[in-house]
Amino acid sequence: MNTHMTIKHHLNEQLLMGYAAGILPEAFSLVIATQVSISDEARARLESYEAIGGGMLEDSDTEEMSPNALDSVFKKIEKSKSTVKTKAPEMVEGIFPEPLKKYTGDELNSIKWKNIGRGVKQSILKTDKNASARLLYIPAGTAMPNHSHNGLEMTLVLEGSFYDKDGYFKRGDIEIGDQELHHKPTASDEGPCICLIASDAPLKFKSILPRILQPFFKI
Amino acid sequence: MLDLLDNINPDVEVLERSFKLSAISNRMLSQVLENNNNKSKDYWARCIVAVAGKSDKEAFSNLFTHFAPRIKSFLMKGGADAIIAEECVQETMVAVWNKAHLFDPTRAAASTWIFTIARNKRIDTARRNNRPEPDVLPWGNETEPDASEIISIQEETTLLAQAVKELPEKQRIIVERAFYNDLSHQEIANETGLPLGTIKSRIRLALQRLRHNMK
Repeated sequence: MNTHMTIKHHLNEQLLMGYAAGILPEAFSLVIATQVSISDEARARLESYEAIGGGMLEDSDTEEMSPNALDSVFKKIEKSKSTVKTKAPEMVEGIFPEPLKKYTGDELNSIKWKNIGRGVKQSILKTDKNASARLLYIPAGTAMPNHSHNGLEMTLVLEGSFYDKDGYFKRGDIEIGDQELHHKPTASDEGPCICLIASDAPLKFKSILPRILQPFFKI
Repeated sequence: MLDLLDNINPDVEVLERSFKLSAISNRMLSQVLENNNNKSKDYWARCIVAVAGKSDKEAFSNLFTHFAPRIKSFLMKGGADAIIAEECVQETMVAVWNKAHLFDPTRAAASTWIFTIARNKRIDTARRNNRPEPDVLPWGNETEPDASEIISIQEETTLLAQAVKELPEKQRIIVERAFYNDLSHQEIANETGLPLGTIKSRIRLALQRLRHNMK
């Protein structure tokens, strides 16, 4: 593993801790919640970072509650009884786990794609303005234009796989891009690659044409 | 002589009584301590399980008395004012009751699970925006979760809390500020590596539990 990858690994851990702490923008949270729904290992890591919060809560100072707080909680419970009876949901099938379905609808054919050239398609998901989220569809064997990033970008593979100079990424893997990463992700030959991407800044393209098109396609 | 005896005896009695009393209070104290020690392992997890299984109001009241003032203090450290914090704690505790059946004591310590609920409520209250959450994993219908599993997950949580306290000051403050909601995502991303060796054993344990539960 080269140093670049090691730094990426740290970044990944830090963003996971950020999710555990609850300080990520919605788009980044969506990527992590989706990855955790796909990958046991990501879930184990998230649960471990959440345990830091648990430990801190256990050790926390106390702040006195209002005298009738417990009563009013029992009253609220009574009121909420008719509305809640959540069952633990079934495990998911298909490529979109539950947290993502809230943004995309149930399946692939419910997505409204926009062509952005070379058969590449994208669909922008609605999140808060602190970062953006989108789905990207890259046909088998197709390379994205070479680009770098102004800010932080997380790319989660949902289907198929892609590779670039940093490695090979398959379903459940996340690649993190930042100012240091100039790459040209290419979908593997076996089939199309579908990714979920969160970014807190627009992409920077190296060649002129995609740069001109960028504002129109919001990539 | 009689007078003297009369005078002495009460004193002796008082002394004796106070010895007995202190013996009793010592015994009571050690019982209380023992209870507290028992509590520190899997007591709170069992309270949540009792809320889930039997709608146990007493178990819930105990959880409330212990956790509510801690959650409130936790939230106020992140800058919430007392009224908002109080409201958020109450909503958290309502959710603890309503979601108790989703708690898996072999995967999270009670304090960790309650922390995640409070964190989500805090985000709901502060931003009123969406918070994507991972799928909830179903956990087996086993009647009684294995006590040793519950205890080891609790012990790992305690170790982790200890490890955070022992971090170099600058890094400890970063971690604490993150969890108190006093840090941006860029700030945490700019940290060059937080040396949390202890997290690795916690991750191994978590992975083991997940695979066990999936079977």
